[in-house]
Amino acid sequence: MNNFAFQTAASAKQATGAFRDDKQAAYLAGGTTLLDLMKLNVLQPSQLVDINSLPYRGITETPDGLRIGAMERMSDVGENALVMQQYPAISESLLLAASPQLRNMASIGGNLLQRTRCGYFRDTAFPCNKRQPGSGCPAINGENRNHAILGTSDQCIATYPGDLAVALIALDAVLHLESAKGKARRVPLLDFYLTPGNTPQRETTLEPGELITAVTVPAAEHARKSKYLKVRDRASYAFALVSAAVGLDVQGGTIRSARVALGSVGTKPWRAQAAEQLLVGKAATEANFRAAAALALQGARPHKHNAFKVELAQNTLVRALQDVAG
Amino acid sequence: MHPDTFDPTAGGPPPEQRPDDGSRRTFIKQASGILGLAVAPPFISQAEKLAAYTGKVEGATEMKLKVNGSIRTLRLEPRVTLLDALRENLNLTGSKKGCDQGQCGACTVLVDGRRVNSCLTLAITTQGKEITTIEGLAKGEELHPMQAAFLKHDGFQCGYCTPGQICSAVACVQEGHTKNDAEIREWMSGNLCRCGAYPNIVAAIKEVAGKGDGKS
Ligand SMILES: Cc1cc2nc3c(=O)[nH]c(=O)nc-3n(C[C@H](O)[C@H](O)[C@H](O)COP(=O)(O)OP(=O)(O)OC[C@H]3O[C@@H](n4cnc5c(N)ncnc54)[C@H](O)[C@@H]3O)c2cc1C
Ligand code: SF4
Ligand code: FES
Ligand code: FES
Repeated sequence: MNNFAFQTAASAKQATGAFRDDKQAAYLAGGTTLLDLMKLNVLQPSQLVDINSLPYRGITETPDGLRIGAMERMSDVGENALVMQQYPAISESLLLAASPQLRNMASIGGNLLQRTRCGYFRDTAFPCNKRQPGSGCPAINGENRNHAILGTSDQCIATYPGDLAVALIALDAVLHLESAKGKARRVPLLDFYLTPGNTPQRETTLEPGELITAVTVPAAEHARKSKYLKVRDRASYAFALVSAAVGLDVQGGTIRSARVALGSVGTKPWRAQAAEQLLVGKAATEANFRAAAALALQGARPHKHNAFKVELAQNTLVRALQDVAG
Repeated sequence: MHPDTFDPTAGGPPPEQRPDDGSRRTFIKQASGILGLAVAPPFISQAEKLAAYTGKVEGATEMKLKVNGSIRTLRLEPRVTLLDALRENLNLTGSKKGCDQGQCGACTVLVDGRRVNSCLTLAITTQGKEITTIEGLAKGEELHPMQAAFLKHDGFQCGYCTPGQICSAVACVQEGHTKNDAEIREWMSGNLCRCGAYPNIVAAIKEVAGKGDGKS
């Protein structure tokens, strides 16, 4: 790991000020993505600005729903009673992720900004368009079992690997941001992540130096009846092969509202709004769930080693929908 | 190439702390032995901490770490991880480096009572916090109940993962994630054991959690 300067920010002003003075600086939260990639020389910031003392804390019920401070830890949010009861998919996505140790360290803001686990991205011996724009993508004709089948481009096929963002995007979460100049703005998570297109190095609409301060999630019946289902190579402590976050409001056997998102199949957390529209007004039956799942995977473009994800994702979606429908 | 499926059976660093007489019991006692620790000035408060640490640091700098109850003063670069500070600078080699990437749990220590991977924690960020390593669990010659239970249930073979397992297990019990075997396994999944001592580890944890019958 290269050496770097270090400071602990006592205020957002100090943090963003440090960034304005040094554009190669990076914010340090739990460090479980950042230090991992710095050890691999994938990231080489000149300075780390520790933001753990910033007051972006609290897991609270607001008139509109749920508010989670960006510096809250995955473990604390995952086991929070309000989150478990009113937003089960969020709790499940957190508690099925990483390990207890990593969840104690990792923050909500950092979690949303975790990087792909594409092996070529993580290994500087290989070219990679995301790490080094224009150098090529060895995954397209190489090892691509873990890669994406939705939202890919001929520049990059890496998945967004995280769990939490899939649950949050299903439940219409909104990010609260503060710019390097101190300006606050809100961005629906749906508009936050980018597909690779011709600029795979750009993964989100976060501006340089901008801080995530909080995440809010509207309260809703489909949030109370939500679920995160994660399918992995081993029983625990692994990234998803595919995952599904779903929420249903079913009354008298008829679906009033539906939320559907998929993880580890897309280059970003994948919301399937066409599948949701298909479900609304229909009966909560397996046949309708199957039709919705087929629609969600429409246009999937598998590569050599990941064609299995098309069917696996559909089955995962159907199972998750059946579970929440009761 | 699957960097995420860290395979503990595919080799790795050898256990560098083999007991002289080949006995695992001696190993555990050594790993939990008391070190001659320097007496340090009173520890600083959280408020003082923030005021003291917010300056920009470049190159090696003095830092105070509170490890197993004693303040240790070190001169380290900001890039030094807590794991390396413990092992290389404080000679506390109980915590192990398995993967150095957060994937195996061999480096697990407690920071302010919470289990974390010391390989992904910068030492400089742990100033003002209570760090507990495997060496700090025993009270003198008296083993921590979790250490005793690991001995009783043979919760290890080579012992390489054991300090991390025990630190993690202590936290697991404190967190209350010990309802049944399945819950223990899930909440201990951040600690890999290439020797596959898992059933005995679960038995040891169950006993300490007061749910087991005490037999393996
Ligand atoms: C072995 C291993 C297994 C894992 N398994 C899973 C898994 O199964 N599922 C899963 O979802 N994740 C998994 N992860 C990823 C893990 O969840 C993330 O590394 C973690 O959530 C990142 O949070 P952090 O606070 O540690 O971020 P950091 O590493 O501190 O930061 C990550 C990035 O976000 C930036 N950043 C952090 N906070 C803010 C903020 N508030 N505002 C602006 N920028 C910010 C940093 O500058 C950095 O670029 C795993 C990680 C490891 C190492
Ligand atoms: S898939 Fe994306 S991240 Fe992986 S090698 Fe190709 S360009 Fe890089
Ligand atoms: S050494 Fe493997 S998790 Fe830290
Ligand atoms: S790795 Fe050998 S005892 Fe666990």
